[in-house]
Amino acid sequence: MRCVLVGRPNCGKSTLFNQVAGYKAETGNFHGTTVTFTASKVRVMGTVLDLVDLPGAYTLSGASPAEREAQRYLDEEPVDVIVGVLDASHLAQSLELGLELLQLDKPVILALNMLDESARLGLHIDGTGLSERLGVPVLPLVASKGRGVRNLFVAALDAAQKGQAANHRYGRELCTPQARHTAGAELAAAFVRQGERHLTWRDRLDDALLHPVWGYAVLLLILYVFFQTVYGLGSTLEAPLLDFFSRLTDTFAAPFGVDTFWSQLVIGVMQGVTGGVAIVLPYLLPFLLGLGLLEDIGYLPRVAFLMDALMHRIGLHGKAIVPFILGYGCNVPAVMSTRTLEEDRDRFMAAALATLVPCAARLAVVFGLVAFYLGPVAALGLYAFNLFVIALTGRLLTRLMPEDTPGLILEIPPYRVPTARNVFNKAWFRVREFVVEAWPALIVGSAVLALLNFIHAAQYIDLAVRPLTWILGLPAEVGVPLIFGILRKELSLVMLGQALGTMDFGSVLSTVQLFTYSVFVVFYIPCLATLMVLRRELGNKGMLWISGLTVVVALAAALVSRLVLGLVV
Amino acid sequence: MRLLEVEQDTWVQVIGVDGGRGLQDKLIQYGFFIGDRVRVLRRAPLGGPLLIEVDGREMALGRGVAEKIKVEALP
Repeated sequence: MRCVLVGRPNCGKSTLFNQVAGYKAETGNFHGTTVTFTASKVRVMGTVLDLVDLPGAYTLSGASPAEREAQRYLDEEPVDVIVGVLDASHLAQSLELGLELLQLDKPVILALNMLDESARLGLHIDGTGLSERLGVPVLPLVASKGRGVRNLFVAALDAAQKGQAANHRYGRELCTPQARHTAGAELAAAFVRQGERHLTWRDRLDDALLHPVWGYAVLLLILYVFFQTVYGLGSTLEAPLLDFFSRLTDTFAAPFGVDTFWSQLVIGVMQGVTGGVAIVLPYLLPFLLGLGLLEDIGYLPRVAFLMDALMHRIGLHGKAIVPFILGYGCNVPAVMSTRTLEEDRDRFMAAALATLVPCAARLAVVFGLVAFYLGPVAALGLYAFNLFVIALTGRLLTRLMPEDTPGLILEIPPYRVPTARNVFNKAWFRVREFVVEAWPALIVGSAVLALLNFIHAAQYIDLAVRPLTWILGLPAEVGVPLIFGILRKELSLVMLGQALGTMDFGSVLSTVQLFTYSVFVVFYIPCLATLMVLRRELGNKGMLWISGLTVVVALAAALVSRLVLGLVV
Repeated sequence: MRLLEVEQDTWVQVIGVDGGRGLQDKLIQYGFFIGDRVRVLRRAPLGGPLLIEVDGREMALGRGVAEKIKVEALP
């Protein structure tokens, strides 16, 4: 039996999904975050339901990719019952989509979600009256607190088993968006009574957070605290973990003697394991928790509002700030999130620029090389340089592909109190992607390199990449970590130890070399996973163009830093 | 009058959208209809977008968009 959740963006649909599906899906407060649908099996009164969470849609006849996806799914897939999730605090608008659902020839029930929010706004909603008028069940729900979830699914099951005659429903004749808009407003006027509104801190928050001066100060402060916390937590955990794993590696490798096939293999595998646990996870985990928090509070759309003017300077509008911020965590979700942009050109631009944003894996490289050996100021400098290069690339790309859209249109949802469950689920979901997909590649790659080293094949790879490393003034040995970095970016750090024969990079690489190497790693070809997503989102051509672009940008940026730093240091 | 020119916190009514069906359809997708009452809540600095209230919800509109929206003062 298949049950489908449909609702406008920010209606709490994904929160509902997460309540019952646990860690298997992700949710967010930004418009259209759930662009692909997610599914999970849920047990209700002894029956197993296939629960599907469709992307947030303002209408079923919309043109955005997410809306087309929702529409296509409802048209083509077998669906036993549709649960329309309505935002009780904005009933008139939610009903527009609700009325569209009533016209489908399938069982429908409606959930009045966020009743806590509407009560805060002083709204009294007559759910029974609304249900009688519409001719379908209307259930109360506070998904964020799990209230009404059970009853909702019991009602959904009931509707699916009984079937519903669609022709008795209200509003069958409303076929234009304008007609549904009017009908939604009439229904809301009939069944919603406005009582006294309780003003809270949330209503005043935007006075500060969107203030022309303080808004930016707060934004900088939030980002500063955010990255400071991530760095603080990460580096606190990194050193003892590295220490622990290096001793563990020695213990495991000792029985196999020195420089034997098996000892090299054990060291290689352990270096991959160490890279994941000690170098990536300590930064990735706090980053994802923090990002999930900002997402669920509803701060990200505000960032889009604040940054719109600036983003126009690099040829994009404010909505494209989300791929950028996500990009600092991982380029994969960043490229995926470009799907919320309506224009092809904007999607290409945002994806191209977002892949230049240093992700958590590259953060590990920057922190492991630049911050550790040259100090945090140098790392900050690299980040500033990175922003500058992205802006420059954006301007150049805009020359080639001029902006032709009128500009930003974006819903700014009310602030919400995030729930720990949602934030943790989302972080876990993203970490799981790393652990399941990337980490094994890391371990295998690390082992393969160790073996290549053992049979002395590494020198041939180094030789092939030599023209590049020579131009950049780097030792030939870094060729292998650079090639393997395409597999996973953190390999460029982990395998550097293997390639150079020491984990104390400061003793073999000069300041200029460390910085130049890091700059190149930050910009050149995105990792394998990102390449795959680029191909899915933009096609082969888009993927190849962006890969080529990143190599050119990386080479130029690394050369500039080599030459400039060579003069200064 | 254009939405871009409206003073902060003044309620106006949307009477039309320039720029063809494309923009109008897009606005409708976001729940912004001709005939709706809207007001400008704030403006982002440096040519940034407008924050407007429509139907009890808040939306950000770029200046280019607000420029194309025709409004009239409410009596």
